Amino acid sequence: MDFSLISENYDFLLLGIVNTLSLVSLALLFGGLISVPLAILSADRHRVFGPIIWGYTYIFRGTPLLIQVYLIYYGLGQFEFIQNSVAWPILRSAWWCALIAFSLNTAAYTTEIFRGAIEATPLGEVEAAKACGMSRLTMMRRVILPSAFRRALPAYSNEVIFMLHGSVVASTISVIDILGAGRVINGKFYVFREGLYSAAVIYLALVVLITQGFQLWENHWHAHLRPRPTSTPLKAPKH
Amino acid sequence: MQNIWEYRDLIFIKGGLLTIEVGLGSLVIATLFGLLGAWAKLASNILLNTLAMGYTTIIRGIPDLVLMMIIFFEGQIFLNYSGEVLGLWGYVEISPLTAGIGTIGFIMGAYYTETFRGAFLSIPNGQIEAGIACGMSRALIFRRIIWPQLVRYALPSFTNNWLVQLKTTALVSIIGLQDIVYNANAIGRKLREPFTFLFAALLFYLVLTAVSEILLRSLEKKYSAGVRRV
Repeated sequence: MDFSLISENYDFLLLGIVNTLSLVSLALLFGGLISVPLAILSADRHRVFGPIIWGYTYIFRGTPLLIQVYLIYYGLGQFEFIQNSVAWPILRSAWWCALIAFSLNTAAYTTEIFRGAIEATPLGEVEAAKACGMSRLTMMRRVILPSAFRRALPAYSNEVIFMLHGSVVASTISVIDILGAGRVINGKFYVFREGLYSAAVIYLALVVLITQGFQLWENHWHAHLRPRPTSTPLKAPKH
Repeated sequence: MQNIWEYRDLIFIKGGLLTIEVGLGSLVIATLFGLLGAWAKLASNILLNTLAMGYTTIIRGIPDLVLMMIIFFEGQIFLNYSGEVLGLWGYVEISPLTAGIGTIGFIMGAYYTETFRGAFLSIPNGQIEAGIACGMSRALIFRRIIWPQLVRYALPSFTNNWLVQLKTTALVSIIGLQDIVYNANAIGRKLREPFTFLFAALLFYLVLTAVSEILLRSLEKKYSAGVRRV
């Protein structure tokens, strides 16, 4: 291992970190925004949208992210009307294609997580909200969603880590993400350890940071579930 | 569409079978690593505990593709180096298929470790004590008491892991294995119909997912016979 190679080329890795983090965080943002209404509709068993949403999540959760990324990046160019459309400059760029694929993918997983959390709302809470005369919207906003988000948090933190792990496929369509930067360094200097190991260490550090962050968030949101402080246990009297 | 029919052998038979081969082969290895890891985590030996802890933490912290590349290169180097030192074998080249099956198995083993550990912990200790009290040997206790319940408790999480693993097999196309993704992508781009061909690969995975879900759920039902659902 030649550490000077890594320290001299830190700018590549920095670019990789910026690309990975921006892709993952934007995908999580868009995915989250898409998933909340979808989760509400599918938890409601909407007659039209329910099956459509089920199909959407089934397809995106049942197939590899790699194929989804390839389909959008390599596949869409097959159709002439897409090549002629205004969206073509976006759909031609690897970065945007990765973002679109990641957003749709994480939205599918997040929809299922939120749907489960919404369906697990204790019936009494809903009845109480109804008894208070809340409208459907107020009930959603004040009662169901806040408690559903709390319940979804542990599963969602897993999804964030899976998204970070999944984002490495961006490097296969020429985006310089963290793995991509490592491979650039490897290719430039005919080595393999330097680039791959630095990528591995960076990903590991990011996973640790994300886990710690979610731990803090959970402690904050689940403060009411923490075991109550008990009085100090009694000691046997000394004789 | 005609093109897909024309190339069906290369895509579905050759590529598809390779995907299934990688999936099932790595499943066997991952299950072995998972059982071994769970045993090491539950053992009352600090060295084993630390080893298993390090295994699951590092593997689950690093993306599978990065690990796959590292293991792919390092495994080759290590194998030749140890052959040279021991003088037992000369230069050997690991085939991409072996490397793919081995690395996916090794990676997913970390996830199965947690599955089996959790399942083992769900078995009430009193049952094992009862087995000892009846004079059962350890092997008999494992076969009659632990294993049937281990399978039952592990199956839901096992199913989830397998579905993840099935999708992970798509990554072997990146280290050069000609699986369904590789073939669909290569042929599709050559014929300028990438969408059609990649979509066929997508449907192939969807079918595999659906079939494994049906099979594993029915297995779950079988192993839960006699458990009252509330």
